[in-house]
Formats: sequence, C-alpha cells, structure tokens
Amino acid sequence: MTLAVAGVTKSFRGLKAVAEASFDVAEGSIVGLIGPNGAGKTTLFNVIAGVYAPDAGSVAFLGKSISGLRPDQVCAAGIGRTFQIVKPFAGLSVLDNVIVGALQRCKSVSAAKSYAEHIVAKLNLDAKRNLPASSLTLPDRKRLEVARALATRPKLLLLDEVMAGLRPTECDQMVQVFRDLNRAEGLTILLIEHVMRAVMALAQHIVVLHHGEIIARGAPEHVVRDPAVLECYLGEEAQI
Amino acid sequence: MMGFAGQLSLGHSLYVGVAAYVAGGLFFHFGIGPWAGLWLAMLACVLIGAAIGFLAFRFGISGVYFALLTIAFAEFTRIGFDHLGWTGGPGGMFLKVAQRDQTDLLHFRGPPAMYYYAMLVLAAGAFALCAWLLRSRAGYYWQAIRENEEAAQALGINTFRWKMFAMMISSAMTAVAGVFFAFYYNNLFPEQIFHISRSIEIILGPIIGGVGTLFGPVLGAAVLTVLGDSITELLAALGWEIPGVKHVFYGVVLLAVIMFLPNGIWPALARRLGVGK
Repeated sequence: MTLAVAGVTKSFRGLKAVAEASFDVAEGSIVGLIGPNGAGKTTLFNVIAGVYAPDAGSVAFLGKSISGLRPDQVCAAGIGRTFQIVKPFAGLSVLDNVIVGALQRCKSVSAAKSYAEHIVAKLNLDAKRNLPASSLTLPDRKRLEVARALATRPKLLLLDEVMAGLRPTECDQMVQVFRDLNRAEGLTILLIEHVMRAVMALAQHIVVLHHGEIIARGAPEHVVRDPAVLECYLGEEAQI
Repeated sequence: MMGFAGQLSLGHSLYVGVAAYVAGGLFFHFGIGPWAGLWLAMLACVLIGAAIGFLAFRFGISGVYFALLTIAFAEFTRIGFDHLGWTGGPGGMFLKVAQRDQTDLLHFRGPPAMYYYAMLVLAAGAFALCAWLLRSRAGYYWQAIRENEEAAQALGINTFRWKMFAMMISSAMTAVAGVFFAFYYNNLFPEQIFHISRSIEIILGPIIGGVGTLFGPVLGAAVLTVLGDSITELLAALGWEIPGVKHVFYGVVLLAVIMFLPNGIWPALARRLGVGK
C-alpha cells in the first residue's frame, strides 16, 4: 500500500474539518477524492502533506508513519503536492521554479537544470521557460505547479484541483500527461477534482467526502449513482 | 543575503560593532593582530546571528517583526557596551595609531591608499561570494523562500535551516567589514558604531540599488556615497556647512526610488541595457 490514511481527524476550534477518515491508495493507482465545497478535501491533503498534524489517527506512506512530519520531510519521503491556490515563485523564471523542485533529488544545480528542462517540456511549458512565473496565465500556473511537484520525483503525487479553470481540450491534455506518468513510470496519484470529466477519465477508485466524513467509495461509475453522493451534491429532492 | 532570503534586517550595525570591538579589543588588550582577531570576530558574529535567527525563525517571526527584533538586539547591545569597562564604555576605545607612511599589512596599518585597495579587494570578494552563492543550491532555495515560503517547504526545503544559513553568512560578511572598520578609524564608540543609522545605511544601498540582485547593492552604495559626499563637498566649497545634508539627500533618493523605481535602480537599468540581473 502506498498511502494508508487511518482514522484521521482534524478540527479547527469547534469545527471538525475531517472526521475519522480512513482510506488507502494502492501502489500505481489513481484515486479521486471528491466532495462538495467545504467537505474537508484540502484539509485532508494538508494533513497528508505535513502542513497540519492530525488530531487523531495516522498517515502511513510506504509502510512508515509520516504523521507529524514537516512538509519538507514529507516531500523528501516521496510525496509531491500542488496547491489549489497556486503558489508560484513569482519573481523567478518558469525554469528556475522547476529547478528548485528538481534540486530535491539532484546533487548539482546543472543536473537539476537538465532534469527541470525535461519536466518543463513534458508539461508544454517549453516556450515560456524563461518568462517570469508572474507573467503566466492561470492554466499555465497550474501546469507550473504540477511541473514543480513532479520535479521532486515523487512516488505519490497529490493534485489539488489542477484542472479547475482549464478548457476541455487543455483538461484532456493534462489528463493525458497524468495517464502517461501513471503508466510509464508507475506514479501513484491522489487527486482532488471538481471537473468530473477529468475524474472519470483518470480515477480507478473514488472516495467521496462530505462534512469531513467519507460517505462513499468505490469504482467511479458506482459512486456517481450512489444515493448518498447524489444527495450531498444535489439535495434530497434529486433522489429517484 | 537578506535580499535573497527575503528577511529584512535593520540591525546589522550589531555585527559591525561586535566584530570591531572583538578584533579591536583583542589588539588593544592583548596585542593580537587583526588577522587572528578577524576569525574570532566572525565566529562571535555568526554565533550571535545564529542565536537571533533561531529565536526569530523558530517562533515564526518575519517581515516587520523580524526587522524590529534585529533593531532591538542592536540597540540593547549598544546600551550594554556603554557599560562595559573592557571596551572603554561610552568614552570609547582608541587603538594605537602607527605611522601611516609605511604599509604594514600584517598589522593592518598603513596609508589610506592601502585601506582603499583592501576595501576594494574585500568588496570584490563579497561580490564574487554572492554571485557564486546565488547560482548554487543555496541561491535557489533562498529565492524560493523569499517568493513563497509555504511552496518552498512543499518542495522539500527545510526553510528554517536555510534561513539560519543566510543569517550566519550575512553576519560573517558584516563581521569582516566591522574588523576593517575598527582598524581604519582606530576609535570605537558604542554610540556611533551600534547606531541604528549605520544599520539603515547598510540596508539603504541594496534597497536603492535593487534588493535581491547582485549589482544592485554595489550600485546603490555607490550612488549614495558618491553623490552624498559630493553634495556635502560641493556645498562646503560654496561656503555652506549644513550638517545632516547627506541624510536629507538619502531621504530624497529613497523617496524618488520608491516612487519611480520600486524595484531599485539596477533592475530598471538592466532592462534598459538589455542584460540579465
């Protein structure tokens, strides 16, 4: 098992953002984490990535507990993540942004540079590699987030709404990139996504979070017909 | 260094002063030459820098509060030194002024020209060190921390460790300047050397020239010193002795730069000349 989340609970003051969430991500799989706004998806990501320590429960990665580690230690362990609200190094060029990530696994700056060039090309940012990150459009910034996270050579990639704001063709391109990475390099992916077109195309398994609790899980075509899922998205009347 | 890692220090007079007093005191009391004193001065400053950095970064103090913390440390060290007998207290410490007509690099005594070249070598060395650091892993990490600390951490950077490193390098480099200061002026007063205006002078060059660039601080310092001193000289030549005119000039330059060139002179100039930063 690549990632094992067991009974994770995280509260902010009185609000339980995540309540006893348990799920596994198998090696080489792509798992989608969906749920309405405010369901606790990003909080759960932040617990996995080490931004928050869980109040209860544990997170294990490749059989070792990672709960309570700092974000940089989680990254070093082999988990790369993107931010829902993109956080580029605005003053640095696109390539330099990716080099910072690549330095995590490369011994020298020149090795990091050549690896970063390879990643930048993979995400179709080649033409913009010398532009400052601040000049990029939102879809390009999302790509940069992915490129930077990929440059750290993760075994597990956490994607937080990287398709949001992309046009359908751009979305399909991105889906293709992840599919290739998953097939060719065995990259395990856990993604939060509202764009169902991408989730249905990528995920083999879906976990649905609502009010911090997991209300459904399973294969995509089953989950989207689950009455509990329909209720939380569409309200009770929509049930048939 | 602070420009690369994005931590504004307004207390660098602390390192100038401590280094000057360590090296000056060792020479004054024990006759230990400046070249040996330099290492101890650097060590002392690195330890102090590390202690302040640890306090600030461990408890997440940044931005304006970090600047205030550095001012506080510089100020209470100034007041502390006023009450230290070993350093001569507020009365000052006076190093023996040897004959200035012969060059004695070993004891760092000599004519003004020797100091000029020593400073030139020092500035070139500092510039080369910064240029090298900027292209190294440290440079990438510091810039990443400056731009977005949270993202830097997510990419595996131990931000605490790298900020500490920036702090220690910066204090060590300032220490070198402090030692040279002591042996150039030969007299040390806490009131002068630890004064906040010195810290501001240190940071004003980079701000005016361009924070986080290599040439910016050099250019900024040159603009301030050359123009500042020549205005004073010019006015003196015209028969007007106006104390503090240099600081008024600093203020005017700072205002102009903030209004018209918020990134500093160098980035704008570099764009005009079509060269990188």
